[in-house]
Amino acid sequence: MLHTFVAYVEDLPGVLTRVASLFRRLNINIISLTVGRSERVGLSRMTIVAESSTEAGHRIRASLYKLESVVHVDDIAQAPAVTRELALIKVAATPKNRSQIFELVEIFRARIVDLTSESLMIEMTGVESKIEGLIEVLREQDGRILEICRSGKMTMRRGQHTSRVLRAMGAAGEPETDTAEALEDTAVEP
Amino acid sequence: MDANTQSSNAHLTTPTRLTGAEILWATLVGEGVTTVFGYPGGAILPVYDALRKFPIHHVLVRHEQGASHMADGYARASGKVGVAIATSGPGATNLITGIATAMLDSIPMVCITGNVSSKILGTDAFQEVDITGITLPVTKHNFLVTHPEDIAAAVRSAFQIAQSGRPGPVLVDITKDAQQATAVFDFEGAKPKPYRPHPMLCVEDSSIAEAAELIRNAKRPIILAGHGVMQSNAMEQVRALAERSQTPVALTLLGLGAFPASHPLNMGMMGMHGEAWVNHAIQEADLLIACGMRFDDRVTGSLSTYAPKSKKIHIEVDPSEVNKNVKVDVALIGDLREVLEQLLPRIGGRDGAAWLKTIDASKGAVAVRDIKNLPDSGHLYAAHVMHDLWRITGGNAIVVTDVGQHQMWEAQYFHHEHPRTLVTSGGLGTMGFALPAAIGAKFACPDKEVWVVAGDGGFQMTAAELATIVQEKIKINIAVINNGFLGMVRQWQEFFYDKNYEATPMVSPDFVKLADAHGIAGAAVRTRAELAAAVEEARSAPGAYLLNFIVEKEDSVYPMIPAGSALHEMIRRPGKNPLVESANDE
Repeated sequence: MLHTFVAYVEDLPGVLTRVASLFRRLNINIISLTVGRSERVGLSRMTIVAESSTEAGHRIRASLYKLESVVHVDDIAQAPAVTRELALIKVAATPKNRSQIFELVEIFRARIVDLTSESLMIEMTGVESKIEGLIEVLREQDGRILEICRSGKMTMRRGQHTSRVLRAMGAAGEPETDTAEALEDTAVEP
Repeated sequence: MDANTQSSNAHLTTPTRLTGAEILWATLVGEGVTTVFGYPGGAILPVYDALRKFPIHHVLVRHEQGASHMADGYARASGKVGVAIATSGPGATNLITGIATAMLDSIPMVCITGNVSSKILGTDAFQEVDITGITLPVTKHNFLVTHPEDIAAAVRSAFQIAQSGRPGPVLVDITKDAQQATAVFDFEGAKPKPYRPHPMLCVEDSSIAEAAELIRNAKRPIILAGHGVMQSNAMEQVRALAERSQTPVALTLLGLGAFPASHPLNMGMMGMHGEAWVNHAIQEADLLIACGMRFDDRVTGSLSTYAPKSKKIHIEVDPSEVNKNVKVDVALIGDLREVLEQLLPRIGGRDGAAWLKTIDASKGAVAVRDIKNLPDSGHLYAAHVMHDLWRITGGNAIVVTDVGQHQMWEAQYFHHEHPRTLVTSGGLGTMGFALPAAIGAKFACPDKEVWVVAGDGGFQMTAAELATIVQEKIKINIAVINNGFLGMVRQWQEFFYDKNYEATPMVSPDFVKLADAHGIAGAAVRTRAELAAAVEEARSAPGAYLLNFIVEKEDSVYPMIPAGSALHEMIRRPGKNPLVESANDE
């Protein structure tokens, strides 16, 4: 099954290697890994997506915790959560065939962030299937896809943090106003 | 206390400006270190230059692998943190086998390595390796320190990490410029944050109750005691659990000594070379109470057929070990001693007589192994050596074994009564471990009798440390079990590869002469008749002593469960073997 782990790690050199090395040792391929600053000073937040057996979840989480640089690990599993990915897509497009692409961008609620006489760049945020949908229809267009850059998944549980550790750290978040997000999740699935 | 000692202790209370090298030693002194094992070199020279100012004894090894094994042996024998020091590059890489050995057996150890100057890190400078990268999978944690002001905090954290939770080795790599530059040393200020227990530790009251209920209702329970019993210092609690619930105790190799061998509830060692009736009992049990052991493959055999009739309670400090190999019914994830303290009040008296009687009956007519009364056939078997060592030392010596047949014979025929009297590489199975680890053990327990028991193969891997023994003027007795083969590999070739003895016959030097060349006395022993007197001679000799036991060449360790087979499908002792001890074996 697909496992999604959210890990708070110390923002120090070598920490990424320690986390990645754990998956390497278990011969598990990391499907996506995103890292960035978190709400806690000195801590980065990782979202790690990996394919492994159902039982492996416990052991991976327990092993991640054994790394001194890892402060908190959440195994999202099937819990209600919002997952997003950012994609930048550069497409060859001339003034002649631009309008078709503009239309698609509109339908997919993406944005044009760069435009030249030969190409344009689309920025899109959404669930994986939505991004893949856009890429698929773009491939069917006249214009060629020149480059794709995808961030990998970022995941956050819905509602208030339930984690004991985060509560103890005083980092409990405000409840999300998730109606709009929930709607967007189901919207425009090509 | 000399002036140097006083001044170094003053550093601990008053922040003082020191070089990084001095900060390192002062921090080690503050952590209670008295002995370190190391080998100097270019990138660690500033540290060595500062050594004379501090009350720490440095043991010069002959190879850095010796340093890490010595630190390991020191830790195993004392329960304290062992410290090894090496230079950059090859010095650091030579430590690795010893670090991995400590990692697999959860031994608290701190390794200090020098590295090239921080300005040239990553340039493939002379004797530069990425030792923090290389040791990442075989350390519990490691640090790369490039500033003198970070040394004290890194070293203090290293000591905390090495000893806490499930212990393990930690490496601190310090660049040469950080050793040379100065900073204010503030020992108290460098104190690490309080230890954070693994967040997945979980000992719920309902689980304790459930465990107590399982123990109360069990008809055929067995306690499986491992290394964790000693790591957690839970010997008394395990004994109380066994006695109160009248439950027999089987031990892992690293658990030997955790429960007295002479105790009527002690069944002895389980697993690949455990006695047949111990493994049969595990297969028949209806409850296994695993205490500080991790269901290693050498203990379980085939997992699909392992203890099929039993419920399992697992008391374990490392959550990643729970349900890893064997699915358990009740998991108590926490420090063994603390968990048992909670569990014990709920354990009432139990009548275990019927089950103990069944086990007793399965031992056969000769329940007590007493090979000393077997008639002398003229041959010398390793088992005789182990048995006599045990008998003559009264079981009071620390025995440090290497890896292979002799290790298993030691486990079978030397009956360990006390914790920390067997020092052996279990998880990694590191040949060459014994001699250096014994030196470490001797420094940890200078008043104890220390015996090295090594095969002719493993002994030669680290025999250079004989010179260390002489330079340090320590008294260690060495028993080389010399069968002219890499015995355990030969045994596997005999059983599983049609006796194709490829690369296992081994020509060795005359070990007595080798010892003599180092200034160590010794003697060769070829018959049983000479055995006892030779052991006595070694013990009474003023200095180190080597005994070269020329034993039966093609003897095998029985019983044996072939790797991956079920626990009850063992290769038994052949009938004509003069060491048959049990009527059932015939």
